[in-house]
Amino acid sequence: MTILKRVGRSTISWTEDVGALSIQFLRVLHRVPRILPVVGRRRRWKATVHQMLFIGASALPMSGIMSLCTGFILALQSASELRRFGALEFVVDLVAVGFTRELGPLITAIAVSGRSASAIAAEIGTMVVTEEVDALRAMGLDPIEFTLAPKYLAALITVPCLTVLSTLCGIFAGYVFLAFSIDMTFRLYFQAVSEAILLRDIFLSLLKSLVFATIIVQIGCLEGLRVRGGPEAVGHSTTTAVVKSTFLVIMADLMATAGFYMMGWSAAG
Amino acid sequence: MMEENESVISIRDVSVSYGEKLVLNRVNLDIRRGEILVLLGGSGSGKTTLLKQVLGLAKPDSGTIVINGVEITSCSEDELDAVRRRIGVAFQAGALFNSLSVEENVALPLRELTCLADPIIDLIVWMKLKAVGLADAGKLYPPELSGGMRKRAAVARAIALDPEILVFDEPSAGLDPIVSAGLDELILFLKNALRMTILVVTHELESAFRIADRLAMLYEGALIAVDTREQFSRETHPRIRQFLDRQPDTISGEAAVEFIKSYLRKS
Repeated sequence: MTILKRVGRSTISWTEDVGALSIQFLRVLHRVPRILPVVGRRRRWKATVHQMLFIGASALPMSGIMSLCTGFILALQSASELRRFGALEFVVDLVAVGFTRELGPLITAIAVSGRSASAIAAEIGTMVVTEEVDALRAMGLDPIEFTLAPKYLAALITVPCLTVLSTLCGIFAGYVFLAFSIDMTFRLYFQAVSEAILLRDIFLSLLKSLVFATIIVQIGCLEGLRVRGGPEAVGHSTTTAVVKSTFLVIMADLMATAGFYMMGWSAAG
Repeated sequence: MMEENESVISIRDVSVSYGEKLVLNRVNLDIRRGEILVLLGGSGSGKTTLLKQVLGLAKPDSGTIVINGVEITSCSEDELDAVRRRIGVAFQAGALFNSLSVEENVALPLRELTCLADPIIDLIVWMKLKAVGLADAGKLYPPELSGGMRKRAAVARAIALDPEILVFDEPSAGLDPIVSAGLDELILFLKNALRMTILVVTHELESAFRIADRLAMLYEGALIAVDTREQFSRETHPRIRQFLDRQPDTISGEAAVEFIKSYLRKS
């Protein structure tokens, strides 16, 4: 195959992905109001609670530990450099700002993508193979409303929560390091942290986490719905879902950060 | 009162192709009110594709399908959903929702598509499970059921909304002869007791001849025969004879030479 052919083929396949993803995203968004409690259809919100426990609550230990470790690593690495300039107190700024703006949302997204994108793709893929999706449609029920929308709503609620918690974990790891190395008190550390981060940073971090949640769930669902043939196709779709969602999360993060930088939103104070 | 011979589902000139391959080639078929029509065909003959068209799960490239007077190939999603609510489907492997118990599976269409109160839904669910002989298995979950029970549960869910039309995809696939015969009796019972119009897709001859009012045979995407039971068993079309007499495919000397030639030309 010539290079030109290969480039053309992958361009077409990526364009198709973007198109399918956008259509699916709009459809899911359209169905979300129906699954809300009170205003939605009766009992439909229960599925969302179930998904929240799965996507959110059970991802908590993993993303928390990942953030603690990363926070500690970040503090260690920066301390060894900053110490040479006698600027060890800037470790606080680095950890606090780094986690709030960048690492908190990103680490959470990677943890959720590894756990949930694959699980969602596997669940929906299995439903396609066992004709459950067809059965829903044949009953006149909408598979998007039944299976996709609760997952998306659950992710929209839990991923920002997880992001806040893993940011706190990361910042706490910075404190542990400084408490041991220069006997910094918690009060002083907390003060330094609250001076370093702005409300805008927190807001942008939550915004990012919503975008990441969208990417993870939509990719998981899309890959699941694309399953054709037998059970072996399900395995393939889970791998694709994790690879694509992790890649897209990092791309989206790059674009968002570059955008904020150019708009001057990343300048401190 | 409805006319006996009026057709409930009429399929006109339906063609479907996947890429280059023509899967259904101008299929015409009428299913009349109150009859059991069995659609026969070997693997890859286009049976499942035709079934998907009838259920509106896929749209044909050309042709029309009219169900109860609604042209489902061109109607809106809402109209299609309304038609679908009067069709019950029992899928090949049951397609029961594994996270729900048998009772909840049967109750699902009732809860979602009607505004009946819970005690009434429970009563209807019990009646439907009783009708398919699963009254004791309501609390079980699909993975705990045997193959035959799973199909019965799927039938109970399919008849939950008292549909006019019932569709079976391979009802006897993967079942032992006794269970399969039991399912045949259930299908006949549904037709006689509930006056349903039933479309069965299968390749099991014995079961087909037991239950069918009429049989239709698909071969390579085309309908080669639609006839009553008696007529059908006298068909002379070589493919039907081969199917009925269970003869394997043989390749004649001439055809083999042609095949090798075309293969060589390609490579």
